[in-house]
Amino acid sequence: MDDLPDILPARPLFPAGQKKQLPPEERRIPMKQWGVHFTLTLLGFAVAIAVNRWVKQTANVVIKTYTVAGFPLTFNTLYRLIIGGLLLFYAVSGLFSYSDPERRNKFTSRAPFRLVMGLVLAVWDILGTKLLLLPQPFFPGPAKILEPFLMEANFIWENILYSLRLFAAGFTLGVILGIGTGILIGWFPKVYYWFYPLLKMTGVIPAVAWMPFALTLFPTPFSAAVFLIVICGWFSIASLTAQGIQSTPKALFEVARTLGAKTPYLVFRVAIPQAMPEIFTGIANANGFAFTTLVMAEMMGQPGGLGYYINLSKVWSAYYKVFAAILVMAILFSLIMKIIGLVRARVLRWQKGWVKE
Amino acid sequence: MNKESSASSDGILKIEEVNRTYYDDDGHRVEALQKINLSVRRGEFLSIIGSSGCGKTTLLRLIAGLDQPESGRLTLNGKPITGPDPQRGYVFQQGGLFPWLTVEKNIAAGLKARGVYRQNKDLVAYFIQLVGLQDFAKSYPHQISGGMAQRVAIARALINNPDVLLLDEPMGALDSFTRADLQDKLLELHRENKTTMLLVTHDVDEAIYLSDRIVIMTPRPGRISEILEVNLPHPRHRGGTEFLHLRRRILEKLHLASAMPPPEYTI
Ligand SMILES: Nc1ncnc2c1ncn2[C@@H]1O[C@H](COP(=O)(O)OP(=O)(O)OP(=O)(O)O)[C@@H](O)[C@H]1O
Ligand SMILES: [Mg+2]
Repeated sequence: MDDLPDILPARPLFPAGQKKQLPPEERRIPMKQWGVHFTLTLLGFAVAIAVNRWVKQTANVVIKTYTVAGFPLTFNTLYRLIIGGLLLFYAVSGLFSYSDPERRNKFTSRAPFRLVMGLVLAVWDILGTKLLLLPQPFFPGPAKILEPFLMEANFIWENILYSLRLFAAGFTLGVILGIGTGILIGWFPKVYYWFYPLLKMTGVIPAVAWMPFALTLFPTPFSAAVFLIVICGWFSIASLTAQGIQSTPKALFEVARTLGAKTPYLVFRVAIPQAMPEIFTGIANANGFAFTTLVMAEMMGQPGGLGYYINLSKVWSAYYKVFAAILVMAILFSLIMKIIGLVRARVLRWQKGWVKE
Repeated sequence: MNKESSASSDGILKIEEVNRTYYDDDGHRVEALQKINLSVRRGEFLSIIGSSGCGKTTLLRLIAGLDQPESGRLTLNGKPITGPDPQRGYVFQQGGLFPWLTVEKNIAAGLKARGVYRQNKDLVAYFIQLVGLQDFAKSYPHQISGGMAQRVAIARALINNPDVLLLDEPMGALDSFTRADLQDKLLELHRENKTTMLLVTHDVDEAIYLSDRIVIMTPRPGRISEILEVNLPHPRHRGGTEFLHLRRRILEKLHLASAMPPPEYTI
């Protein structure tokens, strides 16, 4: 999972027409070392596959065969398919990186990590499934975790969609409200005077604290959960937006006014663009809170969602399903972070050098 | 030449008996400007020179309408100045480009701010060309040099076709080569657009090289001590006898006027 995106991908911006900078000479990876790293990368995954395929299953584990699109599949085969896919992916991207010094550097720097990842999977496989040495049912093997995707893919998918819908509704509303009120607070001193203290006080309260209140106030559990996510986005984004607006250098407003700008231009074309870095910091913060709140809300009384799925599975002691849901969350939330990071890098491409956190 | 024509149409910009006082942190009065009288002719290139703190920026801000005088009158084309207006373009001491806009969009900002961008799109390309930044149209301010940034700031102010262009030490932070380059550019722009230019500078040579008239100011209180005509044909030769003679006169005035050790002047 080494290529899961960081929260905010920090990436140098290269001015148009300027050549990409190569790492300093001494830090570039020579070709021979690349070969070693390439082998290491593939070795880890190969070991994981081999262990799964050839180490004998001594423990008494029922391995059910499912039929997917006409093919018989056990969780072990699915597991090997996925690891095989990873192996293929890295083989191709590794070969692809060979000719480009910068990509080669990037590829090789992560190679030891990938080796260890493969080995850890192999050991986990042996302890968790093959020999059943880990306490069950709390720690299933890595292959077993994939079984829910064979058993009840549709049900998982429904829950993913539920979570996504909840997140999309709550987060978009939170961002819109947050930026909107942030602008008002940042621009009008009166609004700041009356509302900023309120914002500061309520901002420190974890959104889930409003849960009982939300559940009674809102007609459906869905709207109650949306409310909670909106709240946690709102405060963080609003206060940072307000700060960003207020930090606009007076000189920039003066420049704009001598160019003939009136108030709308000053707000929308000077203050807001200038506040964008802060706004995105607010959005990134809010994002983290929103995931927490989302899962909490789902675990405490939603008719669907990944949190709900976890709760349901826990009741049946189906911990491999809990792990499956966690895996989905890891991928899903990382993807969302990645998308926000990309939007941010695009919007803030005017900033000098690196996109700052 | 330029001079005769400008002398006939007297006083596009009039400053009469203007005072501006500030109070510093300890509550002491600072007479930033005292009894300023100045009449700027249409189409002329006027420089204001004086040591630091003599009120040059204050005067320019009053003309721009970014600040109000305590007493006195400022008029442009007979109309009192009450606030900022695109007919009085302002190039700030630090350029003040919008960092989130490309060179091209910075230059277009004035058109957008006035809501006339659609009708005047072609102007943007014209002004980019005029200041010689075709290759940098899509660059962001942090990607261009200080000299380029100042050219962008000048083009951005000029695109509104102002009656007066106010320049607050636009070349203060530049090395001497870039500076000489930009000075010639300014002269060229002045010749082509016939815009009235008001340039604040620390640099005596720059003032003589560019101006039709030079206003010498002295600090504490900020006053105009003398206004000199520069009757030299363009292009001016920085090593010429008349040039050097004028230079010595101005330096003497500046030293005499401020009872302080002579400030440093860049050559
Ligand atoms: N906003 C202000 N508040 C208090 N004092 C001010 C303010 N603006 C200017 N002054 C004072 O007024 C005087 C003139 O300032 P001004 O900025 O006009 O000088 P300047 O001639 O432009 O100097 P420089 O060449 O260093 O830019 C200075 O003594 C300054 O301290
Ligand atoms: Mg100044």
